[in-house]
Amino acid sequence: MNLEFTAEERAFRDEVRAFLRERLPQSVRDKVLDGRDLSRDDYLAWQRRLYEQGWGAVNWPKQFGGTGWNAVQQYIFEEESAEAGAPRLIPFGLKMVAPVLMAFGTPEQQQRFLPPILSSETWWCQGYSEPGAGSDLASLRTRAVRDGDHFVVNGQKTWNTLGHFADWMFCLVRTDPDAKQQSGISFLLIDMKSPGVSVRPIALLDGGGREVNDIFLENVRVPVANLVGEENRGWTYAKFLLGHERTSIAGVGSAKRELSRLKRAAREGRRDGRSLLDDPLFAARIARIEIDLMALEITNLRVLSEEGASRAPGPEASILKIKGTEIQQAISELMMHAAGLYALPLQVEAMEAGWQSDPTMPPVGPSFAATATSAYLNQRKLSIFGGTNEIQKNIVAKMMGL
Amino acid sequence: MDFEFSDEQRQLREAVEGFATKEYTFDRLRAIKRSGAGWDPAVWRGLAELGVTALNVPAALGGLGYGPTETLALMDASGPSLLLEPILTSAVIATALLRQFDGASATELLRALAAGDRIAALAHFEPSSRFETRWVESRVTPAGPGFRLDGHKAVVAHAGLAQVLLVSARSRGEAGDAEGVSLFVVPRDTPGLTLTEYLTVDGQRAADIRLDGVRVPESSRLGGEGEALAPIEAALDVGLAAVCAEAVSIMQALVRATVEYLNTRQQFGQPIGRFQALQHRVADMTVHLEQARSMSYLAAMRCASTDLEERRRALSAAKVVIAEAARFVGQQAVQLHGGMGMTDELKVSHWFKRLTAIEILFGDGDFHLQRFAAA
Repeated sequence: MNLEFTAEERAFRDEVRAFLRERLPQSVRDKVLDGRDLSRDDYLAWQRRLYEQGWGAVNWPKQFGGTGWNAVQQYIFEEESAEAGAPRLIPFGLKMVAPVLMAFGTPEQQQRFLPPILSSETWWCQGYSEPGAGSDLASLRTRAVRDGDHFVVNGQKTWNTLGHFADWMFCLVRTDPDAKQQSGISFLLIDMKSPGVSVRPIALLDGGGREVNDIFLENVRVPVANLVGEENRGWTYAKFLLGHERTSIAGVGSAKRELSRLKRAAREGRRDGRSLLDDPLFAARIARIEIDLMALEITNLRVLSEEGASRAPGPEASILKIKGTEIQQAISELMMHAAGLYALPLQVEAMEAGWQSDPTMPPVGPSFAATATSAYLNQRKLSIFGGTNEIQKNIVAKMMGL
Repeated sequence: MDFEFSDEQRQLREAVEGFATKEYTFDRLRAIKRSGAGWDPAVWRGLAELGVTALNVPAALGGLGYGPTETLALMDASGPSLLLEPILTSAVIATALLRQFDGASATELLRALAAGDRIAALAHFEPSSRFETRWVESRVTPAGPGFRLDGHKAVVAHAGLAQVLLVSARSRGEAGDAEGVSLFVVPRDTPGLTLTEYLTVDGQRAADIRLDGVRVPESSRLGGEGEALAPIEAALDVGLAAVCAEAVSIMQALVRATVEYLNTRQQFGQPIGRFQALQHRVADMTVHLEQARSMSYLAAMRCASTDLEERRRALSAAKVVIAEAARFVGQQAVQLHGGMGMTDELKVSHWFKRLTAIEILFGDGDFHLQRFAAA
């Protein structure tokens, strides 16, 4: 047994660190480290720099222009990037639709859709959840009816993340209403510029920037050429996609970054005029999270080193998701509490611009406090999206034989 | 032992609840939250007509002369409507503070507060104090016939709409000393007083206040020189007991809304309330709620106690239980509503945010846990 990275892995990590040091713009790093919102351009500019480096698709095999990195290398890259304050990789194109296209798409679909994902010319979004189909996704009702060379799609998708930036959406639709739930679903690629597609923002509790949308599909004509795989087999592809993402689901890198921020915040936070780090109870609360995170990091590495390319997903992904989201939420709670009374002001503008630059909103309280409570509220989503933690626990229990 | 309200208290409760339910619908709340003013003077007038502003003012000064149990009934009745108007700030804390003083400044102001003609806000906590009431760095120095105030007050609720601020400042000693804190009645438009206003997480308005050479007359000081900390702490404890009652009423509303949602929302061909994991979560929320309710009663009964040590222990214990319950019930109500719980569209998220604010107000759970242990 050896818990250390190998010499090659350490060399690789140094290479990643050097790249991040040289190429990650300070302005973007500051935004991420301060917990502020990133613009579409921030994400795209970073993705282009990765592309120039030949690292446009860290999870793809070489034959499609990816890095061909193994799971440990991908993990190292993502954790180092998160810790350094790089924007997260927007997963919808690179990590979600692309693996499905590689496994089940036609050569034409692969040639058409994969290169612009690699060069970040197209932004993808996900059309899965519906108002009546959340945890029970297979009960989805968005209908696609064949009409010559097209499907005509009608329905509503919801909790669509950043769809207002998107050029394309991969979408689960019902093509056979008479079949058993999971059997009548197909996987369609929809051009967001198609007539009949409308995107409406959903206002969230944190009062922050636009994040999720409702998407209305009204007689949207989708060429049959945009059907992925076989008609009525979409559920298989959707499950493939959900089980595919295990390297960054735990969010160890971003949790480490936020934990460092929390410690800085506690140093800055005041209690009777002294640093909050001198408060033994607060220091112990931080320590407890740090310890949980140490365990999660090792659990995550164990999962990665066991991972065979074609091994069916076990309970590991669910375990990583449950514990990872609990840790991130716990950090955001403590961050809010570190702010003391200054947790109360909700400086919404700070989420977008940084309050230093907004003369109409003079700063109050320590700098970290400006986004602490918005982030706490927003992070409640972590245990809800991507399969609620309750659903994840059902999966773990089932895998354990119950 | 008697855990029931009297007939009079029940009538007050019903009157306030009726008013709040009718006049303060969720749509109205959202409209007022978004408005520039952030409160509605007409609602305040309506509350004054119901006697809310007079509740804690002595009868001799035009008030109703009620106490903590009536305040509990008031907060319980108004809590779920999430009124943005300064009930806690002015009708509870400011009046509880002022009624401890005799002079004309205090009694005149109390009459105006009782009638609903004035709003007053206590400006006490400071950027470095976190939740420690003794930590006063702001200074008062003699200046001519009166005084000069300098300092910085943090997150003063409703400061922007109060005509009168009750400002603490130190005449001697060091920050952290119990002695040497005095209290002054300061009109908000006094030169040298600057407000930075903002929204707080619960949609209310608050401000940081800079005092830069603020001149006030000798008559503005409430009570003796350097003796204000005890009355301030007494008023803050009345406020703490009031938010405990408010929190319980909101938790009750959240548990109800969650049960209704679980019985309505269909997934996997059945209401999700059929799933035992979610049933147990509701059971845990209910355990928290009832423990919190018990402690809100204890807080109300002890907040005016003359036995200082007993009062402190009871109120800290109440805040520990209520902060933990508020966090659990608020978070789980959002969780069990799924994505819908995250939206601005449902009242669930608004209740959750007020509970989040209450968790922090007057000291978070960890602050009071340590204070209890040290007592």
